[in-house]
Amino acid sequence: MADRRGEPLDVRIDSPAREGLTGTTPASVYRPYEDAEQVTIAPDWRPAESQPAWRNDFPIDWPQDHYVERRDFMKFMVLTSLAFTVGQFWIVLQNWLRRRRGRPELMRLSSLDQLPVGSTHVFAYPSQHDPCILIRSDERRFVAYSQKCTHLSCAVVPQLDAGVIRCPCHEGFFDLASGRPISGPPRRPLSLVHLEIRGDDIFATGIEERTL
Amino acid sequence: MPKPEYLHFFIDPNRCIGCQACVQACTECDTHRGESMIHLEFIDRAHSVQTVPVVCMHCEQPTCAEVCPADAIKRSGDGVVQSARKPRCIACGNCVIACPFGVPEVYEDRQIMMKCDMCYDRTSVGKKPMCATVCPSQALFFGTREQIDQLRPMSRPVNRFQFGRQTISTRVFMMMPAEPLTTQPYLDVTSAMSEHPRQRSIALTVVSDPFAEVEL
Repeated sequence: MADRRGEPLDVRIDSPAREGLTGTTPASVYRPYEDAEQVTIAPDWRPAESQPAWRNDFPIDWPQDHYVERRDFMKFMVLTSLAFTVGQFWIVLQNWLRRRRGRPELMRLSSLDQLPVGSTHVFAYPSQHDPCILIRSDERRFVAYSQKCTHLSCAVVPQLDAGVIRCPCHEGFFDLASGRPISGPPRRPLSLVHLEIRGDDIFATGIEERTL
Repeated sequence: MPKPEYLHFFIDPNRCIGCQACVQACTECDTHRGESMIHLEFIDRAHSVQTVPVVCMHCEQPTCAEVCPADAIKRSGDGVVQSARKPRCIACGNCVIACPFGVPEVYEDRQIMMKCDMCYDRTSVGKKPMCATVCPSQALFFGTREQIDQLRPMSRPVNRFQFGRQTISTRVFMMMPAEPLTTQPYLDVTSAMSEHPRQRSIALTVVSDPFAEVEL
């Protein structure tokens, strides 16, 4: 195709520059747009280097908005993996601190005759901000769990007739006997409160945070 | 697929006859079904029947996008300023106030700003926008620079506008009389607002085939 730029264009359909399909004109006959590469022109007409940094961070144009620099990508990767690594050390530190605190104090929860079969008792253990529930499912069986659902810490409600503990927020269900999740969003079992019966009284002797 | 860079939009308000065909055709466009994005404005309705079609000028420095607090107005790489992105637009109306050409509109019922996007579904495949296909006087013309140079020898396309201290260049061209442009290659809108038409004789060259460019 001969370069016809600058020559007057014959706009008739059957003109020599319009070979091919009817209504098509080869793109080579047209003047190219002057600044095809440079899409963004700032309102003050100054070059991109002298613009404030936010203009690069929030570009108006899609090509610039979608463009990710190699350096930015590497920065993201390094910082993200650093955050994961620090997170692992954080978990180790938390475990160490928990072990260092030792077992929480013994606490009297209730006496046996105050807790008839099929009833529940709400208490806070080991601290004031850890609500727990004690359930007497039959004459000889007592279970106690943390009342915080392991999904999003809603207060769980025991349903003795169904043998489950239900979380009303997102319909999570735990097994009453073991505290393990049965259905719904929670994946971890409820924290187990160790119990001890001394004489006529029930004592909480420790709390176990379980992952499986 | 981008708009071919050799195709441009030209507005020639002199040729507008106020027939509303563009307004009706605009509602048929698939990118904003049922809503007309074109404004057909009367310039001085008490004294003149002159109308002017207002489509988005697709500024190279889009003021609407500059003022958008939600970063919702984006321009595609071919220079077409798109309607507000639906997940981002908060319908604050900043763009409506800011646009020097008065193009964007906020639809309160659906909480979105919509504006002329040069019929992006059509122009991106090389077709004309809806308004340019129907305009009987070709006041709205979509084609190449070469075509407009041949068809309108008395006019020159201008894409620089002065609004007070703000200079804007646009991807849509406005046709201006060729003669005063030798001294002034831009249109000073704010000073032109107080200008009144002069008495003058007009000689029009009759174009034999106004639709010759339609075949492109």
